[in-house]
Amino acid sequence: MTDTNHGAPEAPVRESAVKTMTMAGAINAGLRAAMERDPKVLLLGEDIGQLGGVFRVTDGLHKDFGGDRVIDTPLAESGIVGTSIGMAMRGYRPVVEIQFDGFIFPAFNQITTQLAKMHYRSHGRIQLPVVIRVPFAGDIGAIEHHSESIEALFAHTAGLRICSPATPQDAFDMIQQSIFAPDPVLFLEPKARYWDKGDVDTDAVRTRLDDAAATADIGRARVARPGTDVTLVAYGPTVRTALQVADVAAGEGTSVEVIDLRSISPLDIPTVVRSAKRTGRVVVVHEAPTAHGVGAEIAARVGEEAFFHLKAPVMRVGGFHMPYPPSKFEHEFLPNLDRVLDAVDRLMAH
Amino acid sequence: MEALGPLSDNGLVRLLDADGTRVADPDWEPYAEHLTPEALRLAWRLMTLTRAFDAEATSLQRQGELGLWVSCLGQEAAQIGSGTAIREPDYVFPSYREHGVALTRSVDLPQMLTLFRGLEHGSWDPAQHSFHLYTLVIGAHTLHATGYAIAMDRDGLVASGNPDKDGAVVCYFGDGATSQGDVNESFVFAAVNNAPIVFFIQNNQFAISEPTTRQSRVTLAQRADGFGIPRVRVDGNDVIAVHAVTQWALRHARAGQGPVLIEAFTYRMAAHTTSDDATRYRTRADEEKWRQRDPIARLETYLDAIGELTQEYRDSVAAEAKALGKRTRETVKSWERPPMLEMFDHIYAEPHAQVEAERAWFDRYQQSFIDEGSHA
Ligand SMILES: Cc1ncc(C[n+]2csc(CCOP(=O)(O)OP(=O)(O)O)c2C)c(N)n1
Ligand SMILES: [Mg+2]
Repeated sequence: MTDTNHGAPEAPVRESAVKTMTMAGAINAGLRAAMERDPKVLLLGEDIGQLGGVFRVTDGLHKDFGGDRVIDTPLAESGIVGTSIGMAMRGYRPVVEIQFDGFIFPAFNQITTQLAKMHYRSHGRIQLPVVIRVPFAGDIGAIEHHSESIEALFAHTAGLRICSPATPQDAFDMIQQSIFAPDPVLFLEPKARYWDKGDVDTDAVRTRLDDAAATADIGRARVARPGTDVTLVAYGPTVRTALQVADVAAGEGTSVEVIDLRSISPLDIPTVVRSAKRTGRVVVVHEAPTAHGVGAEIAARVGEEAFFHLKAPVMRVGGFHMPYPPSKFEHEFLPNLDRVLDAVDRLMAH
Repeated sequence: MEALGPLSDNGLVRLLDADGTRVADPDWEPYAEHLTPEALRLAWRLMTLTRAFDAEATSLQRQGELGLWVSCLGQEAAQIGSGTAIREPDYVFPSYREHGVALTRSVDLPQMLTLFRGLEHGSWDPAQHSFHLYTLVIGAHTLHATGYAIAMDRDGLVASGNPDKDGAVVCYFGDGATSQGDVNESFVFAAVNNAPIVFFIQNNQFAISEPTTRQSRVTLAQRADGFGIPRVRVDGNDVIAVHAVTQWALRHARAGQGPVLIEAFTYRMAAHTTSDDATRYRTRADEEKWRQRDPIARLETYLDAIGELTQEYRDSVAAEAKALGKRTRETVKSWERPPMLEMFDHIYAEPHAQVEAERAWFDRYQQSFIDEGSHA
């Protein structure tokens, strides 16, 4: 993967530093690197120790770093996040794993009323560099509460940064940058993409781990594929879908640009608007219900900043206003290839 | 095994020894007196059917017919022993592993699998069975159970003067769940409201991979003390003792004496779910040790010893178990996915503009494929 916009100084990539990894493997390697770099980095969560997490993202870390740094917590999410806040006050960098998206809610209070607000309330005296890793979104055929897209619920809360990698390279880089950035970060891992593979340069990020660089990088979108007719804005699990759409559309003579947002809070609006001004057509694709969602915010911002360049209204393709349905329905609930292509076709009619 | 912690034998009520010998315990005997050989045979039959169903569901998951299965293997005595002490108008709030209790509430077991096949989120009518839907968010239902119990009390279903008409709530949850804030809040609410509720903890020694020692330094029963809730710790693989303590707890709650907490100490013989790999966190030796304490075998040994388990009865239960397995298989394989539009149903009681707009859009969208297809 060479298409991340790190803006890092051109350093010659050493051959040995590039490895093929799954996204889960890349996060694992990123956690390991962060733990080696700073003894204050602690992992906390349910079943993350000997089991290595239900998705094996922390596999082997308990063995190598011990139970004092890879901590199997009691089964209580509010407790996990709340105690992480206390530890962060003493200079630790807790990295919390919430087992599944649908189980973050016992911690909603700690995250929204405490974690997100402490810096503001203390006039910047208290920094809480807590990272909350969440396997999120659907498409794995799971039962209830294991497929939720929770980003909009948290994006409404000031004080949190929210990002989601779509490639192993970004997963490796962004988990470390989230850990070393001074603000709390909700790190959303697209669980259906855990086993997607990609090349990972394990060296490049090392010079980008100070407060300012790390924060800047996790807030930046990237153009995952350039195009001229339609802009697809995606993040996390829908980036792959958007790239597939771009392939199919290319066969039909439509040139699709895919933007991988990477960051949900803040939104990298300049990158989206630049693209919108060129193509004049924008579709936002996310798994979360479209009503009151991230796509609505993007549509509004594009409308405000690129109105006279638009050839058609900004469209959204996403989940419906309903509880995540039983898994036999999820393919149609999700913004699948057909539904996104349908939106592209309708925009091209303008 | 630590001497006093949540994985110890500390204070376990036992009426049937691990080797199937009846133990005399004057304190608890009165609550087991009514267990005639016939009642015990029924318990053995229900445990055997639960296990057969569980095995069939596991195998259906392996064949790809179910997305997931959550086995209750090894917990049959805890579930059937308690479930058989429940009667109308009691009401049950299960977590998600209480298939044996479901059987005692006359839930049609094969039907339960719609949930695990990804067809619906709730598979039965709770009111019909006085058995609430499974709740997957750990501990959330303990508060619902407490509220339901408070309401039963307000509605005159407790200490009515006619003990046969009195009811209480039984709420099931696991050892891991005891760490959740919701569960601890439910203890507080139950205690201050003197709610007619029996908190039934199945301490199966694991919350996925974490042993109960990661949740508590003391037995889970001891948790109740600080809330002022009476408690009892029982050998969860002893169906007679489980039944007796549940009987006691329910009489206590139905009589208006308030909440009770039961900790049934048992063992999850299978992995957490079919997605889990238990070899990563526990030893074969440990599993083998607990296989020796199999709850069904224990009762079987006892019934055999007192000459109350004829070959004929065994054969008939075996045939029934086999038929249940076959019906489970056939039922599951016969299910078709309902029309996609049904996913828009039941989100609200009354029409909601957003939902109706999306339903209409989806209908047109689906239709466009059919139209396209008919042109081709
Ligand atoms: C709030 C919440 N957090 C995490 C989970 C994931 N999870 C499912 S089952 C489980 C362990 C539950 O252990 P226990 O309460 O002992 O019940 P058991 O599964 O052993 O019956 C966990 C952590 C969940 N379902 N809900
Ligand atoms: Mg358990």
